[in-house]
Amino acid sequence: MMTAMFGAVESGVIYAIMALGVYLSFRVLDFPDLTVDGSFVTGGAVASIMIVNGSSPFLATIAGLFAGFIAGCVTGILHTKGGINPLLSGILMMIALYSINLRIMGKPNVPLLAEETVMTKINTWFASDWSILIFMLIVTLIIKFLTDLFLKTEVGLSLRAVGDNEGMVRSFSANTGWMKVLGLGLSNALVAFSGALVAQYNGFNDVGMGIGMIVIGLASVIIGEAVIGHSSIARATLAVVVGAILYRMIVTLALRVEFLDTGDMKLITAVIVIIALVLPKILDRQKAAARKKKRLQQLGGSQSA
Amino acid sequence: MLEMNRIFKVFYEGTPDEKIALNKVNLTMKQGDFVTVIGSNGAGKSTLMNVISGKLSPDMGTVMIDGTNMTSLAEHKRASKIGRVFQDPMAGTAPAMTIEENLALAYNRTKKRTLSFGVTKKRRDFYREKLEMLHLGLENRLQAKVGLLSGGERQALSLLMATFTDPKILLLDEHTAALDPSRAELITNLTKEIVDKLGLTTLMVTHNMQQALDLGNRLIMMDKGEIIFSANEEEKRDLTVEKLLAEFQKIKGGGGLSDRALLS
Repeated sequence: MMTAMFGAVESGVIYAIMALGVYLSFRVLDFPDLTVDGSFVTGGAVASIMIVNGSSPFLATIAGLFAGFIAGCVTGILHTKGGINPLLSGILMMIALYSINLRIMGKPNVPLLAEETVMTKINTWFASDWSILIFMLIVTLIIKFLTDLFLKTEVGLSLRAVGDNEGMVRSFSANTGWMKVLGLGLSNALVAFSGALVAQYNGFNDVGMGIGMIVIGLASVIIGEAVIGHSSIARATLAVVVGAILYRMIVTLALRVEFLDTGDMKLITAVIVIIALVLPKILDRQKAAARKKKRLQQLGGSQSA
Repeated sequence: MLEMNRIFKVFYEGTPDEKIALNKVNLTMKQGDFVTVIGSNGAGKSTLMNVISGKLSPDMGTVMIDGTNMTSLAEHKRASKIGRVFQDPMAGTAPAMTIEENLALAYNRTKKRTLSFGVTKKRRDFYREKLEMLHLGLENRLQAKVGLLSGGERQALSLLMATFTDPKILLLDEHTAALDPSRAELITNLTKEIVDKLGLTTLMVTHNMQQALDLGNRLIMMDKGEIIFSANEEEKRDLTVEKLLAEFQKIKGGGGLSDRALLS
């Protein structure tokens, strides 16, 4: 049980980078970007092929990040310059990336177990059970802080304003189209970076491993916001990181239930997201009903008195 | 400062709904001119605004601002010269962002956006000083989210955001129409104060005839896409609501037009 939970936290920290990417598109830009399902694998594909061909795993991971950036920019251009609806431009890019990923990989699955990866490098530097967790936590937190800082810069502010009130920010001379392209590029860069690391963590890159990634990202964002809140940017990004870890822990717990097996992962994810979305509304309604009942009772009391 | 030459714009061309929104409109504004625009719905006032701001591109004619031809320039590219306040108090600000972040967005209207922070200590002092001009105490609430402000406060903030970077042209699109009378008066007074202080070249659309007479040094009346009446500084001084209505009826050939018809 403890080892399973430890693994959940470890992978949660790596997936948190992907969730931060989803936060950028979904929350900051208000753009539900399905490219994520494809770009996650693209990051892993580029990194794993470069590693298999002998390049440095760190360089390979960074290359994966850039591949994701390009994929996100293409989605943004489809939407802003091509005038395609946000959801559809993401879906088109996701489906296109599936074939592109297969092309990059040359086969549906690239094993990395025999290769030198970021994970094996870390383990040779600090031989401890904690080394990967601590190293990944540092990387994720650095990305979190950089995101916080970026969203406070002049460019970052206008990026947030695009998601908040597009017409207004255009009247203040921001090019909203390119802002969206940039935002989606950065979002998918983080997603692909996370994909590259996950491939190395798992020891293989599979063309199907991105399926449902957007939902996992959303689950992390929503769970985190429910637990931590999102009153400020720093708090919201922290919520995303915590949410990603919590999500992995919930899934690990769920998989321990007798009749559920690994094939049910996506179903569990969907159920978690549905609960996270519906539960707060039900609670609010119950609270409102209780308040009303109380007020009625008070009124009734004063009338009889 | 602003020169509009034979602006023609038609909507739904070639369909039964075809509507000429602007029919060869000419309008010239000198530096410091404050022109108020009145006219019934569908007269072309908003289209006029949108052609100046670049939201719409005219079918014919040219728009010159500050000596530059802007006719086919995209909205965000000419926005560095144009400040704009919309009718809807929600339209001019970003609700999920704080007051100081909104001001930082507006601050960048005339400058290229970089990776430096939008809110610094020095800038914050500058924002605070500007907010004091509104006399609403917003200078003490820099970190409050704009979504929490009332409609009047948001409109005052929009007005400040549109003006504090010295636009060449200020466009006010019925910016007090969605407010209650006392808030509307507050915004009207602020408008007067700010425009006078900065000497802004201003074009204001309004449905309130008294407001159109109280503010500005020139007045134009629009109907069916044309400017049907224009009063210069001298003529405007003597105008009253009654005279305006009489003028409108004379031009339209009577027809029992009431105050209500013009204002509705």
